[in-house]
Amino acid sequence: MEIKNIVENITINIDGQDVDVPKGTNIIEAVKMVGKGKEVPHYCYHPKLSIAGNCRMCMVEMGMPMRDRATGEAILDDDGTQKIGWMPKPTIGCATNAAPGMHIRTNSEMVKESRNGVTEFLLINHPLDCPICDQAGECRLQEFSAEHGRGYSRFTEEKNVKPKRTKLGPRVTLDDERCILCSRCVRFSKEIANDDVLGFVDRGTYSTLTCYPGKELEHNYSLNTVDICPVGALTSTDFRFKMRVWFLKRTHSICTESSVGANTEIWSREGKIYRVTPRRNDAVNDTWMTDSGRGLFKSIDADDRLTHYTIDGVHKTPTQAAVAAAELLKAGDAALIGSAHSSVEEQFYYKAIADRSSAKVALVSHYDSADGILQSEDRTPNLRGALVTGLIDSLPEAELSAIAREINSGAVKTLFVVNEDVTKLGIPADALSQVKVIYVGTHANETSQGAAVVLPSLSVFEKDGTFINQSFRLQRFKAAVPGPSGVTSDFSVLEQVAASLNDEKPAAITIDVAWEYIAKSISQFEDSLRWRGIPDEGLALDAKAFLDIPFVETKNLKFDPVAFKEAHATPAGA
Amino acid sequence: MAIQEQRLIFKHIDEPGYTNDIDCYIKHGGYEQLKKAVTMKPEDICAEVLESGVRGRGGAGFPAGMKWKFLDRKSGKPIYLVCNCDESEPGTFKDREIVHQDPHQLIEGMMCSAFAIQAKLAFIYIRGEFFQGYKILERAIEEAREKNLLGDNILGSGYSCDIIVHRGAGAYICGEETGLIESIEGNRANPRIKPPYFPAALGLYQCPTIVNNVETLCDVKHIIELGGKGFAQIGTPGNTGTRIWCVSGHVEKPGYYEFPCSAVTLGQLIYDVCGGLKPGRKLKAVIPGGSSAKILRADERFTGKLKDGTEFDWGIEDIPMDFDSLMAVGSMSGSGGVIVMDDSTDMVEALANINYFYAHESCGQCTPCREGVPWMRKVTQRMVDGEAREEDADLLKNIADQIAGRTICAFGEAASWPVQSFIAKFKDEFVQKAREQAARRKEGKAAATKTTLI
Repeated sequence: MEIKNIVENITINIDGQDVDVPKGTNIIEAVKMVGKGKEVPHYCYHPKLSIAGNCRMCMVEMGMPMRDRATGEAILDDDGTQKIGWMPKPTIGCATNAAPGMHIRTNSEMVKESRNGVTEFLLINHPLDCPICDQAGECRLQEFSAEHGRGYSRFTEEKNVKPKRTKLGPRVTLDDERCILCSRCVRFSKEIANDDVLGFVDRGTYSTLTCYPGKELEHNYSLNTVDICPVGALTSTDFRFKMRVWFLKRTHSICTESSVGANTEIWSREGKIYRVTPRRNDAVNDTWMTDSGRGLFKSIDADDRLTHYTIDGVHKTPTQAAVAAAELLKAGDAALIGSAHSSVEEQFYYKAIADRSSAKVALVSHYDSADGILQSEDRTPNLRGALVTGLIDSLPEAELSAIAREINSGAVKTLFVVNEDVTKLGIPADALSQVKVIYVGTHANETSQGAAVVLPSLSVFEKDGTFINQSFRLQRFKAAVPGPSGVTSDFSVLEQVAASLNDEKPAAITIDVAWEYIAKSISQFEDSLRWRGIPDEGLALDAKAFLDIPFVETKNLKFDPVAFKEAHATPAGA
Repeated sequence: MAIQEQRLIFKHIDEPGYTNDIDCYIKHGGYEQLKKAVTMKPEDICAEVLESGVRGRGGAGFPAGMKWKFLDRKSGKPIYLVCNCDESEPGTFKDREIVHQDPHQLIEGMMCSAFAIQAKLAFIYIRGEFFQGYKILERAIEEAREKNLLGDNILGSGYSCDIIVHRGAGAYICGEETGLIESIEGNRANPRIKPPYFPAALGLYQCPTIVNNVETLCDVKHIIELGGKGFAQIGTPGNTGTRIWCVSGHVEKPGYYEFPCSAVTLGQLIYDVCGGLKPGRKLKAVIPGGSSAKILRADERFTGKLKDGTEFDWGIEDIPMDFDSLMAVGSMSGSGGVIVMDDSTDMVEALANINYFYAHESCGQCTPCREGVPWMRKVTQRMVDGEAREEDADLLKNIADQIAGRTICAFGEAASWPVQSFIAKFKDEFVQKAREQAARRKEGKAAATKTTLI
């Protein structure tokens, strides 16, 4: 149920080929639409930033159909087609918007020659230190120099000297000699991060990127400047010198920092994650993500990671632990503390487990202040999933004192806890000691320490699954690295718990088998939907059933709760 | 026999007893044209200016009336008038004299223009080095305000407009109109990309804006006095009005001289008006319109066709001093800075000097100018310093070709035209330089000879 603005299409001619593009598209984007890998090389242009037009790399030749000035009639060529009046100078593609009948040459001699010139100019004062530069392998300057450069230098003078290894902020290091002054980072800080701290000082060839005096590039989006830097000028202090990018495997994932669900890419090698970068999704996060979200992967190697299935502190097999958990639940008087950090699939299983053991279900909210960009109030990735799977039917409370009261009254004797430390959420340690605890989670805490059964689970980086974000978009993430040795997939363990509760034999479950059940039993999903079938950009779900729930999210980069409600109350085409 | 000047703008400049206060200006008939202007219909003034054919005096020579016509009047946004007084083109020194000696002429011209385009507010952008000029303008504006010649309800006409003097901080690029606008807004004077930021539509504070040179705005006053037709009778069709030629270099009497367009030839200007070259010297080359204009070689023959179709065959001394003729011979009248060089000039050093200026003044926003112009400076500096190579001439030409036409603003052309034309016309000297240095090195002497460069 995507809401699309109807934009008028116009026809332009690119290198002799007619192409239909939406009106107002600039030439760089229009050429991309031709496909076949056709592109206009560029540095300063970024689809999500204002147009600067300063790198001069995206030069193309532009012409318009000629008309007689006096009569307005078309001037025809000998063969009867309208004559094209080509501009004498090349024009920049980023600031030229497609107009009906416009003709573009992206590969003429003039264009090639001007790209060649710009490439040479960019290289004369560039340190050419690719062998020790982190950007090598993902550097536009490197790529375009190979493609459009002359291959040798005519520059025999001395290069400019500029500051090296400048600490711009806590997470970003700057090498001014590599900087090509494209101003992407300056525009990003000003336009997206709303913190106008970067700028140029000095003039001409001595222009130098720097921070406002007395300030630092420390906003929570500073690492995006590293992503958009087309060269190795801005580098991530954390990732610097760690790994060559061409060795890294890229896995599509979702940021779990908040209900925004920024699309991400995990860069890993041999089971180790090196960095996390945003993945473009115009409906969710454009091309950005928070710095804080990028650091979340570091916790998977923490010392307090749960790595063993235990019963009363003794190591057991996953099956033994699952059966023990089921036995405890069968005794009745159970409560299940779910988590909005769990995936849709896990929540589906928790729902089944709660139903089969007649356990009451509670979730805890994790709200914090929002930044209005990509960090929403709800700091869990999948609260909507808990609602869609039916695990809960209203917003969670901030703590669990209601459960604590039931423990004290003896109404609850078994507590199934997913990834929460309930001792910090209103169930004091002495109350907890009165119940049998089954703990499912990634990391040890006070709740897991006294638990009768511990089922270690995988982090988002180690498993396949889905989340549903603030705008009810179903988004898929894939395992990037293996989990701790011996820890099996979460829903195969949960399947064993659920099956034991029904005294059934557990099925050998994969995520696609799990989805056969999930798709059938949840009305928001098409019956034929499978995990593999979820598109990379996500799937907008029908949110009609949940519009009355007073979600806490306020307006942020791509989500406006008021507009969302209005749009979903009256579906498009109605 | 010296040719008589015909001064219009510079009528009172250097006149004994003429002072720059308002009483003196009014005594000489000042502000009569403003009184007349406010009784006219604004669109009629625009029509007169268009009919006069007056072309911009700042460098590009674009018809001012046409520029005014491009104003976006439908947007409903306020219109601004900006006077470009950032006179920094090497070889040009006319605006400074107007500001220093006759500031009220500028103010009157500006108020007439502001009324004509119905500007909400007017600015004078004066270069930072003109501190004296700034103080003079501030005082003059105060005097004019006291007499209700600007400010609220000017002369009871119901039209209000004030002038704000904005000082630059000393950068050539601030003379580029969109760079100037950025500078007034308080930003770095990085020129804007066109499209979409044409000042007439999206100028100062994204409002329609007209930027005119000091001399052009003064011309408006005289257009009101003489009428568009009357003004057009000065000079020749297409090259109307007078021009102030700022002659510098190797002539006996350098200075500013005002003539109707086409009234003098370059030869007359150098030999009759400026008293010729220093004794015993021969003319080698002339840059006719400020340092960015293409150089003309003294022994060249210029042939071709003018705009109106008449063929010409001129030596350098026969070139009429006007917009179209100088354009026809491959250069431009620019800002009117005529730089004369005699045979004592070392062309490599001259170009090194020009390159030094442009490399220093490049704003650094777009790649070709930021990187290319300092490269050219480094090459010419190295040549002067004794490391010239024979292939440097071709390299210089090639770098300039990679800059011209590829930049955000016209600075790219301004910086590459001198190089292109010096190499095109004096390539032999550049090659010769390398050979001489090689020969001297072979003899064990220092390759570089003494230079007069800074």
